Amino acid sequence: MSLTQQRADARPERHTRPGRFEADAVLGVVAREWILYGQSWRATTFAAIVEPTLYLLCFGFGMGALIGTLAGFSYIDFLGTGIVAVSVMFQSMMPAVINTFIKRRFLHTYEGILAAPVDVRELVTGEALWLALRSGVYGCVPLLVAMGFGLRPGPGMLLVPFVAFLAGFAFALFGIWISAVITSVRSMDYVFSGLFTPLFLVAGTFFPITELPAWVQTAAMANPLFHAVELIRGCVFGGLGPGTALLHVAVLAGFSFLMWNLAAFQMRRRVVD
Amino acid sequence: MTTPEPGRHVPAIRLSGVVKRFGPLTAVDGLDLEVPQGIVLGLLGPNGAGKSTTMKMLTAQAIADEGTIRILDHEIPAESKWARARMGVVPQHDNLDEELTVEQNLRMFSFLYRVPRRQRREAIERTLRLAQLSDRADTPVDDLSGGMRRRLLIVRALLHRPELVLMDEPTVGLDPQVRQDLWGVISALRDEGVTVLMSTHYIEEAERLSDEVALMAKGRVVERGTPVDLVAKYAGTTVEEYTPQGSGGIAELERLVHEQGFDTRRTGTSLSVLRAEELPDSLRDRLGEPERRAANLEDVFVTLTGEAVV
Repeated sequence: MSLTQQRADARPERHTRPGRFEADAVLGVVAREWILYGQSWRATTFAAIVEPTLYLLCFGFGMGALIGTLAGFSYIDFLGTGIVAVSVMFQSMMPAVINTFIKRRFLHTYEGILAAPVDVRELVTGEALWLALRSGVYGCVPLLVAMGFGLRPGPGMLLVPFVAFLAGFAFALFGIWISAVITSVRSMDYVFSGLFTPLFLVAGTFFPITELPAWVQTAAMANPLFHAVELIRGCVFGGLGPGTALLHVAVLAGFSFLMWNLAAFQMRRRVVD
Repeated sequence: MTTPEPGRHVPAIRLSGVVKRFGPLTAVDGLDLEVPQGIVLGLLGPNGAGKSTTMKMLTAQAIADEGTIRILDHEIPAESKWARARMGVVPQHDNLDEELTVEQNLRMFSFLYRVPRRQRREAIERTLRLAQLSDRADTPVDDLSGGMRRRLLIVRALLHRPELVLMDEPTVGLDPQVRQDLWGVISALRDEGVTVLMSTHYIEEAERLSDEVALMAKGRVVERGTPVDLVAKYAGTTVEEYTPQGSGGIAELERLVHEQGFDTRRTGTSLSVLRAEELPDSLRDRLGEPERRAANLEDVFVTLTGEAVV
């Protein structure tokens, strides 16, 4: 093949227009993460299994012995499904905040990616998509662990990876936006203490939010993790009406849309002078 | 929007009246620059001249406040993605993924540059050969020497056979031996007909590699031409260096030479007189015994960007 022909093949105007959002560019970013994952999968998998197992062991048996049943479920079942959502949040939002910040600020990774035919929207989408895919898989690990502790398998559980993916996408975008807002590593303390902690405590993960004051219950409605928890419990245990399920999906989708816009806008401000 | 056809008549890069400000600082101040296809243009200038900002504007990682930029006839930033698909960028900062191997680093960018699947293997092998890293394909980047890393950084930008390559200080911080190794890679690009815009503040690098040099100072191009022409225009063929005795000697020599209309530059404790082949013997007798050397691009550079042209 001639040099001219090879160059012509590589010219993207053969199949796209400038300014257009391109799936190929997003897939390029995802492919990059996939190659990197080849180096880190052992550590990632270890953390994804050990953390929820410890939570379920300590809280499930420790608290479960005291509580017995909660909201009509055995406590370990209640907790196991809640931890799926928490695990999704941690698997997506934490690396989105930390890794994205490091890649942008210290490793100059995005300078390299944006020198290729990739724009900021595609970069943000690719990063979030990868984290969502990872969350969709690893988020289900606590469910498997909970089964080991006695959770009864059901067909609705097959929907959990999709919910985990959707929630993971939303939280990853949220994390990317935060990483583009903060200006130093020290700022992450505010994020972890002031944002992560209330998010996963006021979401019906460890206890039903109905026990909380009314204003906190109202606030929980705005917490995307609450909607993820409700959806996952609905998938696992049933009893969630189509309208309610659709509402939870709509909240997560709407949150994703909002965060995608904010993340792309703020990241552009950071990487383009 | 026009879809440009590849052709040598279109300049690879055209900047017209480009201004870029950062708050009160004007980094690029009315820059006009045209780079024809198929040449190596060295963008030479001191720190703060606006070279890196110019490079960033060419990849749309900085947006010009005024003026127009076209790359391979694509308007920047609107059509930047198209332009980036046809060019490679060698960044100033080493942003290789250290945990990955040489081959994995190249494979990652073959995806980002959309190298077609059937050409991916060939593209990686070709760039490995160009970087002389074929036997290091499976070595983690962390285990490479500084020179090998920089070679990898350069060829990473060549995976998709770009028509234009931007290099932002490609050899900064490297020792002279490694720098000369990299010159071989850049020369090979020129031999392939690739257009190269290379910013540098290493004068020898610009002189050795560039078909043309654009001297930048204070955000604009102050002079441009082939290294030979620039040297001939501003420094002649010979430079004589005089080392006066005693304090204040240099100032006195400077006064004498400037009175006769010659340019000078101070080099340590001595005074370099440019275009010395034209010095009248009467003046030379008063200056003392010189050391003679061939005029070079550094003389031009210092004259135009550093020291005052008298």
